[in-house]
Amino acid sequence: MNELRQFSRFVSGSVRLVTRGNGAYWLWLFVLTVLILSGAEAFARQVRSGLVVTAMRDQVSWGFYIGNFTFLVGVAAAAVVLVIPAYVYNWKPIREIVIFGELLAVSAIVMCLLFVLVDIGRPDRFWHLLPIVGHMNFPQSILAWDVLVLNLYFIVNFIVVTHILYRAFHGKHYSKKVVVPLVLLSIPMAVGIHTVTAFLYNGLAARPYWNSSILAPQFLASAFCSGPAILLAVVQLLRRFTKFEIQDEAIWKVAEMMAYATFINLFLHGAEAFKEYYSNTEHALYTRYWFQGIGEHRTLVPYAWTAVVLNVAAFILFITPKARKNVVLLNVGCLATYAGCYIDKGMGLIIPGLTPDALGEIYEYYPSIAELRVAAGVFALGFLVFTLMLKVAVPILLGEFHGTKPATTS
Amino acid sequence: METDEVPEGKLPKGVTRREFASIAAAAAAGWLTTACGNRRLHEIPKDKLRSAVARMEAEYAAQYGRAVRVSDTGPMDDVVFAYALDISRCVGCRRCVHACVEENNQSRDPEVQWIRVLSMDKEKGVDFKDANPYYAPETVPEEGHFYVPTACQHCRNAPCTKVCPTGATWTEKDGIVVIDYDWCIGCRYCMAACPYGARHFNWGKPTLPAEQVNTNMHVLGNRPRQQGVVEKCTFCIQRVREGRYPACVEVCPVGARKFGNLLDPKSEIRYIIENKRVLLLKPELNTMPKFFYFYGT
Repeated sequence: MNELRQFSRFVSGSVRLVTRGNGAYWLWLFVLTVLILSGAEAFARQVRSGLVVTAMRDQVSWGFYIGNFTFLVGVAAAAVVLVIPAYVYNWKPIREIVIFGELLAVSAIVMCLLFVLVDIGRPDRFWHLLPIVGHMNFPQSILAWDVLVLNLYFIVNFIVVTHILYRAFHGKHYSKKVVVPLVLLSIPMAVGIHTVTAFLYNGLAARPYWNSSILAPQFLASAFCSGPAILLAVVQLLRRFTKFEIQDEAIWKVAEMMAYATFINLFLHGAEAFKEYYSNTEHALYTRYWFQGIGEHRTLVPYAWTAVVLNVAAFILFITPKARKNVVLLNVGCLATYAGCYIDKGMGLIIPGLTPDALGEIYEYYPSIAELRVAAGVFALGFLVFTLMLKVAVPILLGEFHGTKPATTS
Repeated sequence: METDEVPEGKLPKGVTRREFASIAAAAAAGWLTTACGNRRLHEIPKDKLRSAVARMEAEYAAQYGRAVRVSDTGPMDDVVFAYALDISRCVGCRRCVHACVEENNQSRDPEVQWIRVLSMDKEKGVDFKDANPYYAPETVPEEGHFYVPTACQHCRNAPCTKVCPTGATWTEKDGIVVIDYDWCIGCRYCMAACPYGARHFNWGKPTLPAEQVNTNMHVLGNRPRQQGVVEKCTFCIQRVREGRYPACVEVCPVGARKFGNLLDPKSEIRYIIENKRVLLLKPELNTMPKFFYFYGT
């Protein structure tokens, strides 16, 4: 019974925490709510009229939604970059950040699953995908694999985060017996979700732009850029607005890791571009559409080069110790990485993969207002989940919010 | 309070918590499977299929105000269907395209077309990069051009059925690749996987005026589609399983379209494969189409 009372105190305490905040907090929540409502309205309209409200058509049958999905799988996977040193090598400075990485992973997976849901033509039939009640075409369909591993990854991270926080709430250190095996499991799983997502595209011989074995490694490299980029922004905000202490050393270390990841990402992109341009087969068409356009079809070209410039700039900033230790430049680097990977992994992966289409037709896709609104709504919902989780997690970790007197830890 | 009600928080005697949990889980799963309605047509037993088809007939009859027949005829033994198209004969008139729409109850607005005729440059040969599906001259054929009509190639090694996450599309025993419109979730993975642009999605609500409905339907073929699902050529399953030719074969004014049983050594299709110069689209992908292009003259 004591457990139950504790739990209800945890719940009511959490509710109290998330309903208190300063003006900036409420303004943030208000903005998110507006975006969520706008997205929900656009989605309701999409369900009624069909995906015809998007700019997708038979020629380009996947677009902005699936692009965002792919990018966010990377963000979710990247939490692991920080998990490894924190738990396995017990490197202290970074451990404080890890819990935020896992919260980020949980929110990112929520967004991923929502992006799949808004993309399918019959969201009312999503249960057809589930084993037992529906029919999962496993192991044949990579999409079935993806649904499976994403949900498992979500559960594993959710358990780890809840366990650590709930223990901390009770003033106890987390149980190594629970956390370490799960964390060790989550490391290959993080690599797994991203590899499976890459294979989703990689396995389609019909689309030469995707049918390249460099895709999975390149997915991982870019995930290890974009995930930490968001995280670094978050921890800096936390440092500023809460009493949370995060050592500079940890931030610099993460930035240094990002430099290597960015380099590998650029290198793999370069290797792919070399192959396409030098061999100059018919398959180079898709890469050419991305970087140069075909004839008067040049919608994506500015995005392609923006991504290149941003990624190169980020690499230079992160590899230079002086630059990454400068707060302003560090944040510029994070922003550049985030934007660069977002373009690259979102539109840059999906649209050239489908343009020209299988029969050579060029349909120039550009997301419609409805798509942008739905996508903004999904992002806002993900950020809302992340914000509320942080609002509870931070006081717990600071020892300000607890069920019993916190045991004095050495 | 009624006497037989179990007090809150307590279980009836003799039921352990574990037992209760497993019974509840089984009940929930059972409820879900029944409440969620039909199973996949792929695994539905014969007698159940008949009643499902009868329900469809009643539904469509009410919807269009006309008597409708929905066939559930299965594949015949020793039959695998295949198609052949004479590139040297096709004049690009697109009569097949329109006959197909009328036969197969596609949406009229926006019009969904299962056949796509590509106009190609004679100098370039079969080359998709420079193909034009929107050619619209006064008369066909155009000087310097030839035509390659495309549709579902009913691949033996079909990438589309492999990727479907719910098993809503599969190859029948007679080689026809079909879709269960009631099971498809509209993820469009099959469309990304198809190298021939053969699959089409109902982006909006399909419209089909009652007077234009073809009332001779097949459960895996030309019954009316819903918004948000994928569709494609079925070799006119409602016709060919009853010994008739597909609509496109019948309508072709130049006899460029041939159809038959691949397993019958005396069939026309076998004659073509054995005696003509045959080509496959994108053979390097190893999809093994049952749709053969040939040069008849």
